[in-house]
Formats: sequence, C-alpha cells, structure tokens
Amino acid sequence: MGACPECGASVDLDFDVVEGEIIACEECGADLEVISVNPLELELAPEEEEDWGE
Amino acid sequence: MIKVSIAGASGYGGGELLRLLLFHPEIEIRQVTSESLAGKPVGRSHPNLRRVADLKFVAMADLEPCDVLCLCLPHGEAMKRWDALSGLAGRIIDLSADFRLRDPADYPVWYGHEHAHPEMLGRFVYGLAELYRDEIREAEYVACTGCLAATAILSLAPLVRSGAVDPSRLYMEGKIGSSAAGHRADRSTHHPDRSGAVRSFKPTGHRHTAEIVQELTFGGQAPAVHFSATAIEMVRGILMTTHAFVKDGLSEREIWNIYREAYGREAFIRIIKERQGVFRYPDPKFLAGTNYCDIGFERDEHSDRVVVMGALDNLVKGAAGQAVQALNIMYGWDERTALEFPGLHPV
Repeated sequence: MGACPECGASVDLDFDVVEGEIIACEECGADLEVISVNPLELELAPEEEEDWGE
Repeated sequence: MIKVSIAGASGYGGGELLRLLLFHPEIEIRQVTSESLAGKPVGRSHPNLRRVADLKFVAMADLEPCDVLCLCLPHGEAMKRWDALSGLAGRIIDLSADFRLRDPADYPVWYGHEHAHPEMLGRFVYGLAELYRDEIREAEYVACTGCLAATAILSLAPLVRSGAVDPSRLYMEGKIGSSAAGHRADRSTHHPDRSGAVRSFKPTGHRHTAEIVQELTFGGQAPAVHFSATAIEMVRGILMTTHAFVKDGLSEREIWNIYREAYGREAFIRIIKERQGVFRYPDPKFLAGTNYCDIGFERDEHSDRVVVMGALDNLVKGAAGQAVQALNIMYGWDERTALEFPGLHPV
C-alpha cells in the first residue's frame, strides 16, 4: 500500500510490483512510477505534453 | 407500496420526477395533475413516457389523499395553495422556491412578494441529502433546492465549512441549459433567439444567491457571494465555476483531503480531477439524466486562488432526483433506489 503523491489517496500495489512499473491512482487517475520497492516510493510518471492552448 | 401524487406534472421537473418514480420499486403513482392537460395522457406532455405510464392528468381540484405529495408548481403557487395541499398528505416534497429560504424577509428581496405562510418556513428541511441527511430522515416537509444553488453549495460547502477559503471572496459563474427556464415558451426561449446563445441573463441579482448565502453560512458568518449566470447551448446541465481564495497556503493535496472527508462516502458526489486525458474535470454533458454532482478543482500555482468546478443535471440532482433521494431517505430505503442511471457516453 502506498500513497499517491498527487492526491494523497491510498494506492494498492500487487505484491510482485517492480521498479519502473507505471501504475494508476484510482482516485485522481495520475500515472505513478514505482521508483523504489523497498522502501516503497512512488513519483508522478512523466507525461506527454498536450496542446491545450487552442 | 407508498402512494405518491405529483401536482404540476406536465412541466419538465414534474415529468422528470414521474420518469424516475415509475421505476421505483416501493412507489405507486396515484395521481398527476395538470390544469391545461387534465384528461389527457401523460405522453401528451412527456413523449418519453408513452406506453411506460398508463396515466392521465387530472385537475388539481381532483387530487385525493396520498402518502407523499410532490409539488412541481410554478414559484408562488405552493404557498398560495398551502392550506388545501397540506391536508392531502402527511409528507410533502416541494420542488419550487416557496419554502427554501428560512428568513421570510428574503422573499420580498429575492422573489418580489411577501411569503403567504412564513410560519411554515421553519418546518421545511432543505433538500440536499449531503448536508441535511439526518434532518430529512425525520422530515414531514422537504424543500428541494434551486439547481444552480445546489451546484454551488455542493461544490463549495466543504471548503467554506472547513475554513479553507476566504468566505468574503467567492466569485461564481454558472452556465446553464435551457430546460432550467421551464416549459413555458416566451421570447427568450424562441428557437432563433435561444439556439446558439451564450447569454448573460443574470450578471447580478440571481435569486439563487439567497440560497447559496443561506447554506454557505457556517458559524454565523455569511459569505459574500458574487454570482453571475449565463445561458448556454445545452438543454440540460449546469457547470458552476467558482473562484475562491485559500487561507494559509493550503496545498492541492490538503484540498483533496477536505473533499475526500466530506464526500468520500456519498453515493452521488464524485471528485473529478484527473491529470491526463480529455475528461479531466466535471462536464455536465455526461451527467444528463443522472443524479450525480461531479466536483473538480485546481489550485492556482501563481496565486492563492482555487478554481472549483461543479456540474450536474439541473432536472435531476438539481430537482427531481434530489426529491427522490430525499424520499428514499425519509422512508429508510437505499438512497440510490431509482437513481442508478449512469448517464450516456457518447451523447
């Protein structure tokens, strides 16, 4: 169990999660990268920029 | 089965209430009234209910006693007819503005007339389950809220109640579809004029301001609500955008926690705030026909502003669905009964 760095929600992780895996926060939808398994560390995954300026 | 009658069922709110209650397993529709369509089948006014409801409208004078009477009358009619209507049912749910405001002095200010039964105002419970669930459970009389007011209040209540934002600076802009104006046509609803309009119809002085102030008053401190309303090219739907200003440098995660604590267990409130994709924030388009109120927010990194977006269907969570939710609570039924439609996509 980890915490989403974006919204603070609890994030359930599979027992066999590996470093570098991308998972999604069910609450805010953020893509999270598993930086470290032990200790567990999650960061926001880099995202593709989108042009919202139209 | 609980017997429910609807007074004023030929309008949009009444029709929506009928649509929902026809599929409620605990409800039997006893009578529906319309003065102009008495004797005609309900499909004459609500084509979606043809062959769904084997009902004809009756005149109000022919209403018989029932368990619950729902009033979908034009503003001012319920209070005028209260003596006759209140004798017909032990429980009454009013969808008009007639019993929403607690202070009778607000009626001349916001509705232009004195209240005909000021002694009744204290006996009505404001119909938002998320704020008054315990009171609704015990209520004889429920006053459903204004649709724009419901959107604003649900969006802002957690932040104002927790002291997270400055209540003296709440700037609200409500975009609303045409069905909120009711089913009676006038020049403003004439298709060549209404279609495609982005019309600032109440930059100031909208009646729902009174409700918003009433329900966002916590600890005796009335907020300063600066509210403007704009008619847009939708039939159903409201998007309420509020600019508020956080105290003490509140972070986005702290705001998440405030909303999660307030609404985490609510069946019909969803916090919609996603970092990616097209559907990142609330959009009333996908809420048509549903009882959801979607709420999102974004904390401005360059100031102390937080922008809060609330969306709902003005005829459902903003009126008829709210009434059904209250009815479910009054009778101890599952709050979601008859309200589980998830909406359409694409639509």
